[in-house]
Amino acid sequence: MLVLGIETSCDETGIALYDTERGLLAHALHSQVAMHAEYGGVVPELASRDHIRRAPRLIGKALADAGLEIGAVGAIAYTQGPGLAGALLAGASLAAGLGVALKVPVLGVHHLEGHLLSPLLAAPRPEFPFVALLVSGGHTQLMRVDGVGLYELLGETLDDAAGEAFDKTAQLLGLGYPGGPQVARAAETGDAYRYKLPRPMLNSGDLEFSFSGLKTAVLNLAKKEGPGATADIAASFQAAVVDVLAGKCLAALTRTGMDRLVVAGGVGANRALRARLDAEAGRHGFTVFYPPLDLCTDNGAMIAYAGALRLTAGAPSDGGFSVRPRWELAELEAVPVS
Amino acid sequence: MHLLAFDTSTEWCSAALWMDGRVIDAAVHAGQAHSRLLLPMVSSLLAEAGLTLGELDGIAFGRGPGSFTGVRIACGVAQGLALGASLPLLGVSTLEAMAEEADAEQVVTCLDARMNEIYAAVWRRDPSGWQAETEAMVCPPAVAPLPTASGYVGCGGAFAAYPEILARRYADLLTDIRPGLIPHARSIARLAAPRFRAGMAVPPEAAEPVYVRDKVALTIRERTMGTRPGGNTHGTGMSA
Repeated sequence: MLVLGIETSCDETGIALYDTERGLLAHALHSQVAMHAEYGGVVPELASRDHIRRAPRLIGKALADAGLEIGAVGAIAYTQGPGLAGALLAGASLAAGLGVALKVPVLGVHHLEGHLLSPLLAAPRPEFPFVALLVSGGHTQLMRVDGVGLYELLGETLDDAAGEAFDKTAQLLGLGYPGGPQVARAAETGDAYRYKLPRPMLNSGDLEFSFSGLKTAVLNLAKKEGPGATADIAASFQAAVVDVLAGKCLAALTRTGMDRLVVAGGVGANRALRARLDAEAGRHGFTVFYPPLDLCTDNGAMIAYAGALRLTAGAPSDGGFSVRPRWELAELEAVPVS
Repeated sequence: MHLLAFDTSTEWCSAALWMDGRVIDAAVHAGQAHSRLLLPMVSSLLAEAGLTLGELDGIAFGRGPGSFTGVRIACGVAQGLALGASLPLLGVSTLEAMAEEADAEQVVTCLDARMNEIYAAVWRRDPSGWQAETEAMVCPPAVAPLPTASGYVGCGGAFAAYPEILARRYADLLTDIRPGLIPHARSIARLAAPRFRAGMAVPPEAAEPVYVRDKVALTIRERTMGTRPGGNTHGTGMSA
């Protein structure tokens, strides 16, 4: 079955074609980052307008890349939530119209389930069960994953997401938007040991996170040290975030007794985090899995893939269409997957 | 020629099939349930006419102005249907559709744009069709566009949202006011038919909403320069 995936929950328009026999055949992406940069963040209405403008062209591109016609599509998976309501509706409308015209099932997919399962698109792929660290601009969560739809929240951030902390730090240091890649680049030439920034909740004994205090510490430091210290502050900040994320991952693996860790979400592309987790994996005897680098940020491939797993397990088609801007991962139903 | 038309730009959801001049249609007060109601409405019209999507010659949709989310639902569904069934698309102005729906020769069309503004245009019908005497604009109701003479019909939800202000503004220029009139899909279909014949339709990837309110946020630069929201004729909010 060929599944068309449509992702429009925030500021990336992602379209992909995933075949249950042949794997990922094409994925096309348009990032709105440049458009939102002059506003200092994502403007929801502009994001929605751009999705409706881009998505049909991206479908055409994905089909052309895969050498297929639209008639070959056997099912459609779209991001139903969580996300920006207007942005979600743009993709949902397109998906529903296509579903009626092609007479194929249309399934709404949970955005975070897409991220969570995206490492299964890489080789080698992790077996269930595993611990997943979901870390992006909107989320920082540790989950226990026993199967598709079998998600237990182990801990999450009490305030800012890790990616948000990167964005705000970039802003404080005058490094531009989005912050993750900018801070990482500045950190490459910086001294991560020059400043001792706090490691919030590292030893709290639970699996919760907090990043807002770290942001305040960066603000105070930046004021005191001035622009000459930017690279060292960026490196020290990144080291603090990596310490906390790695420490909590180790704690989650210990608590669950598991030996597989899956890292998903935009911050999962951070090289320092990957290097640290790889090192910890070697030291502590667990295996760490990442999605392919180009599937760390929002994309259509993870939506097509999660939709394909659910559709082959017999999930019913949506009929009309709806979006769920707020939607807890724990509300999902489990499906058997062979 | 067989056409499908629909509109979701207001609180109403309407759809119509145009079959060589014969029209069947449906409309419901949808509130915010357009996404649930539109496609079943389209399917039941097609079933009633004994037609499939593949037997159509094109799809027309209310392109706006109106609710931002609403016009995107219409455009997105139209794009999806057209992509899947290999059909051309045509967006029709919701304000022109209201003029057509009014069954008059001279019409002032006003839709509520929220944030104390309206979408408005003034129309006159001549042998070639509707001529916009003033282009579609977004503005406070107190400065709504005026016709140059009396004898116009005032239409659209803004006359219900701002009854006193618009009554004062138009005083004796209007012979009738119809606040309940909507950009009905049957009028969109009637307007679209000759345009399809004239080859004005586009492929789905070229179909876009027309929002009219285009300034929806301030850039960092505008914020630091102290640009005031609402300091021009455009809105600055993020949704409507």
